[in-house]
Amino acid sequence: MTAIQPAIAMDAPQRTHPRTFAVKAATMLTQLVIPIGVASVTILDDGDLGDLAVYFLPFVLLVIAANFAVAYLQWTRLTYAVRENDIRVESGLLSRAARSIPYERIQDVSLEQKLLPRLFGLVEAKFETGAGGGDDLKLAYLAEEEGDRLRELIRARRDGRSIAAELAEAPTEEASETLFAMPPRRVFTFGLFEFSLAAVAVLGGLAQQLEFLLPFELWDLDGWQERLAGPGQWLSGLGPLAKAAGIAIAIATLAWVGVTTGVVRTALREWDFRLERTEKGLRRRRGLLTRTDLVMPVHRVQALKLTTGFLRRRFGWYGLSVVSLASDKASSNHEAAPFAQIGEIVPIAAATGFALPPEGLDWKRRSPRASIDSALIEGSILLGVSALVFVFSPYAWNGLLPLVPGAIVALRQYYLYRFDRHALSGRFLYARHGWLAPRMMIGSRVKLQSVELAQGPLARRRGYADLRFGLAGGSFEIEGMELEDAQAWRQAVLESLSSTDFSEISGAAPDMEQSGA
Amino acid sequence: MDDTPLTPLDPAYATMLRLQFAIAALVLLGAATAAEIAIPGYTGAVWLPVILFSLWLLIRMPMRRYAARGYSLVEERLRVVRGILFRSDTVVPFGRVQHIDVNQGPLERVFHLATLTVHTAGTHNASVSLPGLAHADAVAIREDIRAAIRRDTQ
Repeated sequence: MTAIQPAIAMDAPQRTHPRTFAVKAATMLTQLVIPIGVASVTILDDGDLGDLAVYFLPFVLLVIAANFAVAYLQWTRLTYAVRENDIRVESGLLSRAARSIPYERIQDVSLEQKLLPRLFGLVEAKFETGAGGGDDLKLAYLAEEEGDRLRELIRARRDGRSIAAELAEAPTEEASETLFAMPPRRVFTFGLFEFSLAAVAVLGGLAQQLEFLLPFELWDLDGWQERLAGPGQWLSGLGPLAKAAGIAIAIATLAWVGVTTGVVRTALREWDFRLERTEKGLRRRRGLLTRTDLVMPVHRVQALKLTTGFLRRRFGWYGLSVVSLASDKASSNHEAAPFAQIGEIVPIAAATGFALPPEGLDWKRRSPRASIDSALIEGSILLGVSALVFVFSPYAWNGLLPLVPGAIVALRQYYLYRFDRHALSGRFLYARHGWLAPRMMIGSRVKLQSVELAQGPLARRRGYADLRFGLAGGSFEIEGMELEDAQAWRQAVLESLSSTDFSEISGAAPDMEQSGA
Repeated sequence: MDDTPLTPLDPAYATMLRLQFAIAALVLLGAATAAEIAIPGYTGAVWLPVILFSLWLLIRMPMRRYAARGYSLVEERLRVVRGILFRSDTVVPFGRVQHIDVNQGPLERVFHLATLTVHTAGTHNASVSLPGLAHADAVAIREDIRAAIRRDTQ
């Protein structure tokens, strides 16, 4: 490839366009105008205009000059070089920073023109690499032709390789096939499980706040009694029974509000939900008033997340969402099937290239020592609170109150120990975690970016560790593993990782073709 | 791979840490002096603990931190170990590196040191930093990783 394009080999380091300095200066001035304006109005308002201006003006000029000087020095020290294998950018006045981006990692170059640079005929070039944390390299500013040249050059570098790669794995999929759909009945069932506690709380809060607007006292049960009794007066004779009826009616009203809110909200969001497999990936359409249409490219799926709830688990309902490459952040919600039975989820998982855990996996538990330590730490904090209340409160028995959350915390740790599981299969990692709303992460052994083994002081003494994987667009962490397990997992995953390169799993090349067309 | 020995950082890093801590200690001592002047009586009640802490910071801490850190580059993986109380042991295969930074702060320039930072596509550990390398070593590692990426994608 270098033979064809000898012009681009080893360019000398260049500075950005000299007019950059003009844009920076103009930006700086506009940013200074408002503060100076405000300051001068407040300061010079007191009369004595002449005197103050004499002191004020040189100071302002000095600040501006200093800013200009720094900007100029920074400009002289920022250079970029288009080299044979990478782009190299060096910058910094006091601290020096040198960044190298291999061409293989650049997915695309985007050129952006804001108003001011546009007036000066300059562009900002951004090299998109799919790095996590939005840490892409930017070059501000370049002449328009130079920006175009860089973009063409990088696309040429990429295409030579990617066209061959695409021909090798030409997609042979059907036009579209419905993987999952939710008829109205399913949406309604889903809505019932989406009981909205928030709506109940808001209604309760509103009732409390806006009580004065009502012509009667909301929480005055005796008043309710009279109103319910009506002209007959017979109900008031029932006394406590009527009170109980009043409370029951209030609870029923709140419950009805909660359920209705849940159903309506779910129907608005999930109406006519359908997930199809198309050539470009999984296509999801849903919504009643605002209908959304989203395509999730299959090669960008990094992991799957299987979620459920305390109650819906009893009825076998699960939700499946995909974790996708970081650059898809704009559409962060990637629910592939929000409310489905396991049997319906299996084919969706298969369509994304993942699989639900097969039978006969070697499921490992959380380290019991990790659970005991966590329970002791959390419990002892609440026990401390309890002791403080016991000593200082006039009502010593209140000291027993923090013991209730203490017991809940301990119960949770026991539950986590009983039900948290993780397993490693030939291609995938499975980790189940959670108490009331457990979820299962399904990761691929090759679609991970890094492995971190972390241990606190207690964990080191007691021989357990947290294992955290770098996952593009999500997090994958297993807490409290036995140390030997964690080390064995790390070794196994690293061996899988080393067998593939990022460019093979990101599917960057086909995407760029689309955006370029 | 847990048995493979780690490469220690450049010895100048310990000296640089000591200088950094010395600056912090000076600030602390200044604050302590101000407190001593502001609070009448009990001369030494603030100074003594601050001086003891500063001494620990200057004598013990740099070596502990230096000893706690290390890296290795075997099998085309960058492994970075750090942390005195909370240990963290991170491995990034070269094939997952997005781009590479070699940074030098003002102090690092004085000691000819550099910080190597590799960026990955992961949301967790999006960038992994390795401070305290000799500048020449950092540049050499960068070239190694870059060469590995280039070879793997061809």
